[in-house]
Amino acid sequence: MAFVLQQLINALALGSIYALMAIGLAIIFGILRLINFAHGELLMIGPFFVLVLTLVGVPFGLAVPIAVVLAGIVGIIMERLAYRPLRGAPDVSLLLTSLGVSIFLQNITIMFFGGQSRAFSGPAFLDQRLPVMQNVGISTIDVVIFATAMVLVTLFSLFVTRTMLGISMRASAENLLAAQLIGINIGRVIMVAFIIGAGMASVAGILYGMRIGKIDPLLGFIPLLKAFVATVIGGFGSIPGAVLGAYVLGFLEILLAGSLPSGFTAYRDAIIFALLIVVLLVRPQGILGSGETERV
Amino acid sequence: MSSTNGRDGMLRIDNLSVYYGGIQALKDVSLHLETGELLAIIGANGAGKTTLLRTLSGVLKARSGSIRFEGKELTRLSPFDIVALGIAHSPEGRQLFGGLTVLENLKLGAVQRTDRAAIEQDLARTFELFPVLKERRLQRAGTLSGGEQQMLAIGRALMARPRLLLLDEPSLGLAPLLVERIFGVIARLKAERVTLLLVEQNARMALNVADRAYVMETGRIKLRGTAAELAANPEVERAYLGG
Repeated sequence: MAFVLQQLINALALGSIYALMAIGLAIIFGILRLINFAHGELLMIGPFFVLVLTLVGVPFGLAVPIAVVLAGIVGIIMERLAYRPLRGAPDVSLLLTSLGVSIFLQNITIMFFGGQSRAFSGPAFLDQRLPVMQNVGISTIDVVIFATAMVLVTLFSLFVTRTMLGISMRASAENLLAAQLIGINIGRVIMVAFIIGAGMASVAGILYGMRIGKIDPLLGFIPLLKAFVATVIGGFGSIPGAVLGAYVLGFLEILLAGSLPSGFTAYRDAIIFALLIVVLLVRPQGILGSGETERV
Repeated sequence: MSSTNGRDGMLRIDNLSVYYGGIQALKDVSLHLETGELLAIIGANGAGKTTLLRTLSGVLKARSGSIRFEGKELTRLSPFDIVALGIAHSPEGRQLFGGLTVLENLKLGAVQRTDRAAIEQDLARTFELFPVLKERRLQRAGTLSGGEQQMLAIGRALMARPRLLLLDEPSLGLAPLLVERIFGVIARLKAERVTLLLVEQNARMALNVADRAYVMETGRIKLRGTAAELAANPEVERAYLGG
């Protein structure tokens, strides 16, 4: 029982990190048909901004919101400089460009900080374990990760259902031509999508960095791949699907880690990616995806 | 073929040429439209009718020629700016947001407007025009029948409270009874002095309701005249009215 509870918390925390990444991937893909490989770097720069800010004496509690805003600005610049000039180009050009942006941001970070990982931690209270029952402790950080993800996902779903800008964003993701024809300001919608995507990814990065206790310039790569798998499982472009896929993936990973014989746990990522191949073969539209049939 | 009309009407297109890659889709198209008029453009599939409307809305760019709406040049403007000038477009194939509700689709039609009270009025008017949309307002647009989707597409365009409404193939794929209903609504909009540019393959219905019409063939304006003149033209009768 205690073991199960602990694994459950682990899975929820992991799924939350993926969900925060996957939402951004899904909205950007929905609108631009772009699989943004540089999304991992938006996750990575979050904790690096926090690191720099705390080094110059900004208190952690203030450094986090500043870092998220800075990441949002990086998201805007990324879109303006790299993706907007390619509007109307084939999807594959966008994809390759995003790979270039990813490599560029990784190397800029390596230039400033070197390639080694650096210790990264939040305030001390996040390192505690809350005793729940005998032999079971939940680390505070996992609770904070899950709670943060829940709050952000809730705010985001209110945004896309209750505000005109959010409804415009869903509309643009569904049918960009129609969105233009009815006079939605596409440029603004895309910019906001990048701000939200970058903001959520940077929050995920800060939480992820605190959880594993260190950060490095390649921090974003694995979470990006996992978030990609999550969005495919959920149905690419579907936002609820992306969140659902993220938690499915979180649970699966923890289940595999807990159940595989000790010599084989290293293969859990391989199994996850094998699952991706199976999903793509059997149900390419994902769990909640509606498929491409209604798109023109 | 340029307009010989001395008045500079609501819309005036001169020598418009549009290309898809290397293929010329519109060849020197000129036409004009007066305020309050219902102008129909008829022609077969592939004649360039939809291309013309999409160029008007700014999603396709002209290679040469000009489009002037109330004296203002449109060819360099974005779709966003063109909607802001008062042109709304009910596109071919409806192009609804299938995963969004009927109500969300309608509200998006008014996305650039800030006059909340007037938007509510227009919503009520749209529901009065299409009562079925009110019944289904919380349903996803993708679940509507073809006729209901067409009503929603027109309703969404009307929610912009446009000065010029572009209707692209509103009868396409609909059963005869629904075609009658859609044209009933068009006639009512005309009676309310909404300026309309109607693109149709259903030439008979279009010429019935229009003031004037143009016939397009392979990217060119082939014939023009009042709806009555064209309906009586033997060439039109043979090619488009199945006479």
